[in-house]
Amino acid sequence: MNAHVEDRTPLVEMEEISISFGGVHAVERASVNLYPGEVVALLGHNGAGKSTLIKILSGAYRRDSGVIRIRGEEARIENPRDAKSYGIETIYQTLALADNVDAAANLYLGRELLTRWRTLDDAAMEARAREVMGRLNPRFQRFKDPVKTLSGGQRQSVAIARAILFNARILIMDEPTAALGPQETAQVGELIQHLKSEGVGVFLISHDIHDVFHLADRVTVMKNGQVVGTGRVEDLTKDEVLGMIILGKCPPGATPGPGAA
Amino acid sequence: MNQTAGGAPDRAILARANRAAGDLARFSGRAFRAMEIDTRFLGMIAALLIIWIGFDLLSGGRFLTARNLWNLSVQSASVAILATGMVLVIVTRNIDLSVGSLHGFLAMVMGVVQARYLPEILGFGHPAIWFVTLMAGVLLGAVVGGLQGFLIAYLSIPAFIVTLGGLLVWRGAAWWVTSGQTVSPLDSRFILMGGGPRGAIGDVATWVLAALACLALLLLQAAARRRKRRFGFPTRPVWAEALMAALGCGAVLGAAAVANAYYWPAGTVRQWAAANDVIIPAGGLQISHGIAVPVLIALAAGVVMTFVARRTRFGRYVYAIGGNPEAAELAGVNTRWVTMKIFMIMGVLCALAGAVASARLQSATNSQGTLDELLTIAAAVIGGTSLAGGAGTIAGAMLGALLMQSLSSGMILLGLDAPLQNVVVGLVLVAAVWLDTLYKRRAG
Repeated sequence: MNAHVEDRTPLVEMEEISISFGGVHAVERASVNLYPGEVVALLGHNGAGKSTLIKILSGAYRRDSGVIRIRGEEARIENPRDAKSYGIETIYQTLALADNVDAAANLYLGRELLTRWRTLDDAAMEARAREVMGRLNPRFQRFKDPVKTLSGGQRQSVAIARAILFNARILIMDEPTAALGPQETAQVGELIQHLKSEGVGVFLISHDIHDVFHLADRVTVMKNGQVVGTGRVEDLTKDEVLGMIILGKCPPGATPGPGAA
Repeated sequence: MNQTAGGAPDRAILARANRAAGDLARFSGRAFRAMEIDTRFLGMIAALLIIWIGFDLLSGGRFLTARNLWNLSVQSASVAILATGMVLVIVTRNIDLSVGSLHGFLAMVMGVVQARYLPEILGFGHPAIWFVTLMAGVLLGAVVGGLQGFLIAYLSIPAFIVTLGGLLVWRGAAWWVTSGQTVSPLDSRFILMGGGPRGAIGDVATWVLAALACLALLLLQAAARRRKRRFGFPTRPVWAEALMAALGCGAVLGAAAVANAYYWPAGTVRQWAAANDVIIPAGGLQISHGIAVPVLIALAAGVVMTFVARRTRFGRYVYAIGGNPEAAELAGVNTRWVTMKIFMIMGVLCALAGAVASARLQSATNSQGTLDELLTIAAAVIGGTSLAGGAGTIAGAMLGALLMQSLSSGMILLGLDAPLQNVVVGLVLVAAVWLDTLYKRRAG
């Protein structure tokens, strides 16, 4: 990613976000931002707060304090519907699929297509589902089966298709390749490249540091609910990033956050 | 098997028979798939037929008579109405234990409204009394159901607890409406909702309705096929469509024929003839009952609820919430509001069931509907509704209600003691759910 990106208004700015559950500060004064056409990876151990931070952006959790700006304007995100209205789509680690209904029903859950009689237009939804799924997973044919009968990779395709179906501007991917084989992982990589070229911003949460160096433009590392630091991938080595994750030590190539040791 | 000279050919025949049986099974499996019929639903119909035929044999042919089947349909109506709503409740992993008490309470309120208040306001015997009464019951049902739904959805009190409270509260409230007095007689039009010779629509209307139902069935099937064609999806083979249509229409016309084969009792005919100056011919006058009004109400509830469950956004959300509440929430579904609406619908159905049940008894008593919540839940579960949520059909639940009522009626017909009847019904419920878990494990 080039320097000129920095001049543009960020797509997302999350500033000084805090949330606690009971007495636990799950996220404390965390700030991240995301530019159009950029992939920002969030790294950290389990429980570091990355998924929680991202769930605040997707509307699953309500923050206690802090500001979210979308394209420079303060955004009110209090539930998943609000987030979707800002073009924020999320692929959850758990996939968040309704297992008992079919792929098309999942793709359109919450945003069903209706006939002029205000009834569900299942045929139209299935047709569009076939189109989108066809691009992601051309061999997929089981549109009539409940998604619980699908393989892990197929379910993942459904979750990804749902996120890109509505022309997301901001895409959150929480461990998108965890359930996938090498070939499907490569497909997700291609998809991310394609979305980038269309100016979509992607937050990527991953445990796989190789994935991250391959796909991301910048990394933000979190530890104990705080941001250790943020830096460009080309300015950092894998060892430095591991040092951030494990020790909370911010190397010179990155901008330190409140959680830096 | 003995090793006789004929042993080898016997085995060959056996093997061939085995193969044929296998082929038949495979073919029928294919046929069901081609027709896209739920094998589970077929299983239920088979179970119902076995029960019917079994009771008929045991009772010496007294079960499969037009009269008994007609009565069976009327007796099943109120639980069937409740079951259509209980499906949605259970699909979303909730439960409603209050439906028996609530329908008793609403029946008492409707009884008082039609027997005490409205005659004073509108005048005794006013033709609008039944309708105003029913609407009042429906409205109150929606409010009470909505209140319970609010406590469950927005205050996150478990449905089991809220409706267990409701079970006690509304039973007590039912007593309180009249301090325990039975309300009787009810409005003369209102009681038509309960069936009886006058509360049935007669043979002509029954045939017309059956014909319309067949037409609707065919049109729906054609429309579905056209839609699939338009989007280039695979369609059923024509023979499968034709067989489906034939079976559907056959069932409808058969039911109409049975309802029309049950004639008014001679006493009722004499009264009617005297009132209408009709002279009864020498051979006697045969007047068909036709489909009973409560059965029509239950069928209408079934059609509407099936439509709601399968063709509306709300219905889609109900099933999605049942499958994965968190996913539905994350997808932007307002799960709380959907839950509250389900309980409002349940309240409305309680009013309908209360009207049907009190109209059948021609009086409202504060004990009406006692234990109906359990019959309703049992009907839904026997009908394939999964207590784990996410799965269940309205038609299955209604069939479940019919099945339960068939058991009770059959045992009464055989003269079994009431406590023994309960034992059997309880065992059947447990066995049905056990069979279902086996089926699900096999189907994956």
